[in-house]
Amino acid sequence: MRKKEWKLVITFHTTTDAIAMEQLCKRQGAKGRIIPVPRSITAGCGLAWCVEIEEKVNMEQLMEQEQLTYESMQECMV
Amino acid sequence: MIYLDNAATSLKKPDRVIEAVAEAMTSLGNAGRGASEASLGALRAGYETRQRLADLFAISNPSRIAFTYNATESLNIAIKGILEPGDHVITTVLEHNSVLRPLYEMREQGVDLTIVGCDQFGVLNYEELESKIGGKTKVIICTHGSNLTGNIVDIQKIGTIARAHEVLFVVDASQTAGVLQIDVESMNIDVLCFTGHKGLLGPQGTGGIYVREGIMVRPLKVGGSGVDSYNQKHPVDMPSALEAGTLNTHGIAGLGAALSYIEEIGLDTLRMQEQMLMWQFYRGVIDIEGITVYGDFNEELENQRCAIVSLNIGAYDSAEVSDELFTTYHIATRAGAHCAPLMHEALGTKEQGAVRFSFSHMNTIEEVEIAIAAVKMLAQEE
Repeated sequence: MRKKEWKLVITFHTTTDAIAMEQLCKRQGAKGRIIPVPRSITAGCGLAWCVEIEEKVNMEQLMEQEQLTYESMQECMV
Repeated sequence: MIYLDNAATSLKKPDRVIEAVAEAMTSLGNAGRGASEASLGALRAGYETRQRLADLFAISNPSRIAFTYNATESLNIAIKGILEPGDHVITTVLEHNSVLRPLYEMREQGVDLTIVGCDQFGVLNYEELESKIGGKTKVIICTHGSNLTGNIVDIQKIGTIARAHEVLFVVDASQTAGVLQIDVESMNIDVLCFTGHKGLLGPQGTGGIYVREGIMVRPLKVGGSGVDSYNQKHPVDMPSALEAGTLNTHGIAGLGAALSYIEEIGLDTLRMQEQMLMWQFYRGVIDIEGITVYGDFNEELENQRCAIVSLNIGAYDSAEVSDELFTTYHIATRAGAHCAPLMHEALGTKEQGAVRFSFSHMNTIEEVEIAIAAVKMLAQEE
């Protein structure tokens, strides 16, 4: 298994919201990708958005503009 | 991509399935809604698919099969349409949530629910099952094959037990329809629930329910039937009784084509192929250090398993392993709970989940070799 790194992981209430996030970031040329929710996070719909920690402000702004609600946002080893 | 998630849905379909759906979408009207060629064409497509399903499951009267959208819908119809408050029902820890959740709902309405356990390999305790049958037991409902371990349940044996105690026997054939021989007569199956998009190789949104003659099932939904329109009640005759509204005839036409493919090649031939790939994978990973495989892989079971191998690498989160299998090796698997919470609890994998590899006859020996090598690499890198 590859080495784990600290990342920002955003979870959503539904898989539809997770895909909306993917579409949004693709459209805006923003970074990140969908991952299965890590075991350390006991929330979410099964899919999460994973991105570099320094992207946090950018992600918050993007989601606010789009009125996309997320469930939780946290830094964890993935 | 190497697709090893066939227990979720078979991805590669025979060409004739795709052609049949395209043909249906350009020519078929609404079945049972008039006598135009378009409408009759839809009716004929449904009729032919129903006949092929009846042949496959040894059902003497095809009209006893209603089309549904998936096994979940079929199971909800069976569970909510047969059980009443005060009844007792027996099921097993092997079940998928499509059986468990409707049963939990019925329990809230006053149905008494018993869930039978299994051993450390996920093998059902048949003696316990029989011992739980009482005077109020109306139904035994169980899966034909676990979607997590791939273990087959001896439904012949349970069918005999159910018949001896005059209890209805409902079978969830989600993982086995189109793969294992199912004979509703000799197996004493009263209600058979199946989906079209897994082993039957049809499109998603197809499935069905067989109900033995003489058993009344309350429909989940009522509405348009195309006949007896001035009657305020929905028809009670099968299959109309359980088929309110426009059917997915485009999908059903595709399912019919898939069934013709299975008939032509032979169900046993298709099963032997996927079994061979499953055993190749199992033997390739079982001795890798740090690997835990779940389920009953007794060599005497040759050809009597679903083509599923679920495993874990050390203490790694199954979701991380599955993600790395895809991102690094382009191998599609399924991690997590597989909608089978009680099976995971019985195996002690509630926290970790498991990585499920599930095979189709359309996979190749080379693909399995790559998958084995990938598991080896991940286990070594630990």
